[in-house]
Amino acid sequence: MCLGIPGRILAITDPARQMALAEVSGVRREVSLAPVADLPLAERVGQWALIHVGFAMAIIDEAEAARTLEALRDLGEAQETLAAMAQGDRALEGSR
Amino acid sequence: MKHVTEFRDPALARTLLAGIARLADSVGATRARPVHIMEICGGHTHAIFRFGLDTLVHEGVEFIHGPGCPVCVLPMARVDDCIGIAERPEVIFTTFGDAMRVPGTRGSLMQARARGADIRMVYSPLDALEIARRTPDREVVFFGLGFETTTPATAFAILAAAREGLANFSVFCNHITVPEPIRALLADPDMRLDGFIGPGHVGMVIGTHPFDFIPLEFGKPIVVAGFEPVDLLHAVAMVLAQIAEGRAEVENQYARVVPEHGNPAALAAMAEVFSRRPSFEWRGLGEIEESGLCIRPEYAGFDAEARFAVGYGARRRSVPEPEGCACGAVMTGRIKPTACAQYGRGCTPETPLGALMVSSEGACAAYWQYGGARVAAE
Amino acid sequence: MALRDTHVTMAHGGGGRAMRDLIEEVFTAVFRPPGMEDQARLTTEALQAPGARLAFTTDSFVVAPPEFPGGDIGRLAVCGTINDLAVGGARPLWLSAAFILEEGTEIALLRRIVASMAREAAAAGVRIVTGDTKVVERGAADGVFVTTSGIGVIAPGVDLAARHIRPGDAVIVNGPLGDHGAVILAARGDFALETPLQSDCAALHGLMAAVLAAAPGVRAARDCTRGGLASALNEMAAEAGVGVLLDEAALPLRAEVRGVCEILGLDPLYLANEGRLVLVCPSDQAGAALAALRALPHGDGACIVGHAVADHPAQVRMTGLFGGSRIVDMLVGDQLPRIC
Repeated sequence: MCLGIPGRILAITDPARQMALAEVSGVRREVSLAPVADLPLAERVGQWALIHVGFAMAIIDEAEAARTLEALRDLGEAQETLAAMAQGDRALEGSR
Repeated sequence: MKHVTEFRDPALARTLLAGIARLADSVGATRARPVHIMEICGGHTHAIFRFGLDTLVHEGVEFIHGPGCPVCVLPMARVDDCIGIAERPEVIFTTFGDAMRVPGTRGSLMQARARGADIRMVYSPLDALEIARRTPDREVVFFGLGFETTTPATAFAILAAAREGLANFSVFCNHITVPEPIRALLADPDMRLDGFIGPGHVGMVIGTHPFDFIPLEFGKPIVVAGFEPVDLLHAVAMVLAQIAEGRAEVENQYARVVPEHGNPAALAAMAEVFSRRPSFEWRGLGEIEESGLCIRPEYAGFDAEARFAVGYGARRRSVPEPEGCACGAVMTGRIKPTACAQYGRGCTPETPLGALMVSSEGACAAYWQYGGARVAAE
Repeated sequence: MALRDTHVTMAHGGGGRAMRDLIEEVFTAVFRPPGMEDQARLTTEALQAPGARLAFTTDSFVVAPPEFPGGDIGRLAVCGTINDLAVGGARPLWLSAAFILEEGTEIALLRRIVASMAREAAAAGVRIVTGDTKVVERGAADGVFVTTSGIGVIAPGVDLAARHIRPGDAVIVNGPLGDHGAVILAARGDFALETPLQSDCAALHGLMAAVLAAAPGVRAARDCTRGGLASALNEMAAEAGVGVLLDEAALPLRAEVRGVCEILGLDPLYLANEGRLVLVCPSDQAGAALAALRALPHGDGACIVGHAVADHPAQVRMTGLFGGSRIVDMLVGDQLPRIC
């Protein structure tokens, strides 16, 4: 079962039951922070979590996300550079 | 949508498709002799078809759809047990929507509801708990279904019920684990797989080390992946890179969500509430050892098997597959859905024979819904 | 006021005084039909023009909950039938309204529904001219069921039909998709979702009239109710024998509808709408059609979402975000939420 969606933790609604209000693209639902209660609940407010069947199952590591995207963008630029170089080479070939 | 939209960026997808093409060429993968990559998890199957990734990747890359669909592998006898419980007048049977249309020998939960059983769809086991709190005179049963992604949710719900002393809540436990069927698949000498895309949300809970045996014992690469199209393409590129470089490792493409050692709180809750059955039946795959979970005796008060005398194997009855159903062969990647004699004929979404056509992430349903291979059946 | 009951009882359906009081106070006093015979008697000047045709449609409404953000079952019943007339190019004239009431329904709820219907009909320039009421035992109906039938007139020369659709025609919707379906899912409470969404429930005959005036070549229109845009297009494609190719990037969707769909694992193409039409027109009139729609309140989100094509006749496909196309098929049953 895999359908999980990133959501932002907005507020703690019931600390005794470890419940919080989370928002996904403007839609709000109470979720349980039990899986991520290793830190005081208040510190989770404002963080992004992977939400699955009403539980915040993991806190999304924003730095890691940014690193992944950056690596992919670099790869894209490298490819473009290679492609441009290859085009340049072909142009040179053609003009000889 | 943050953390989603960026991973659906067409520019990044194009970059990765180009990278995949280069890598596929470098390992000599062609349409006639493709690299076989199995995506284990049904959610990945669904994403591949929804975003058309199978049509976009280099023709030398072939996706083999694995058995990671907990609805698809649910034995018919267990569906019958669900209906038996649900038909009791005192029971409110709660379930995820995915399970509603799976056929047992007496029809599906949807059909049982039409006959009068009080069956309700919920999004979370917490909602089932709430129903139990609000209707103390009824027995609320939650159909616990799913892999390790979902198992912790059921565990936390049972722990909450125990804390509150709820007397009218129980779980019909059908939770299963991912590594065991993969081991069974890899042990089959007929299986020709070159690499795996690993289930990212299972990894979120159990970490990456439970997949170590795949490279260590079987020499195959596995990349644990996220569910957005860029994640999947990235994972395919990483698998191909391993193959190209002669490596076999566990890699984590989904590091923003998957911690190497999993989620300690979730793992602890699961260990507290559940133990492993010696063996469990997987529809289409047969009995697999140590692959199914049951509720520990300490929490027997929340075990529907105890409460309603429907223990696994209690009636020692294994229901044979319907005539002509080839779900097992499709699920293990031996044949494509379109190669099943019943696909599009005796087995359609309106009249499904087997679970792969009923579950929205079953390979056959995905093929049908997204139409990639409809033509082949006609 | 003779009616003192707070809840509907079987007596209110019995044909006697209790029923007469209910009908007079709750229905007749608000709808004010012309005359109180068993039938409405209507003059037919509107139909006399040579080539004018009578349009006649009926629809039943069973939505639960009966009241939801942006509307109620009454508003749905009036708009739904008006829209069924409008998408055929008809000017709606008269409606009937029949009610099946479950014993125990709050009369205050009934009054709100009726008031809603009267308001909507008045705003649309349509009269509710006849009706009926029945009461059934508790459990035999889910609160309130409403059936509305509608009569309209199609002007001479207007001939909207799916079979007129040609490859190359533009496929246009008047605003974001799935609002109503998402609202109902959230309002039912099963999934404990809170959203700021409102149903898109609206009467669209004004929109249709404006579009037909600006783009007389419009081939056909449908309202995208149950089964969403996908179902309406599949019907049109099948009747027309042409293919339809949607562009996923062009689909208008509110962020919150996306959110509901991502959480529950649903496809917005299949969510119900109650104020959305899909119309098909020659591509050289698409600009005029869009301008006409965007000038009106229920059309400000109008956009082209795809085209009719010669390929894959009778089939609807969609070009995805990264290229590549996939089928957009008819639903088998209801779309169910999933967690896998």
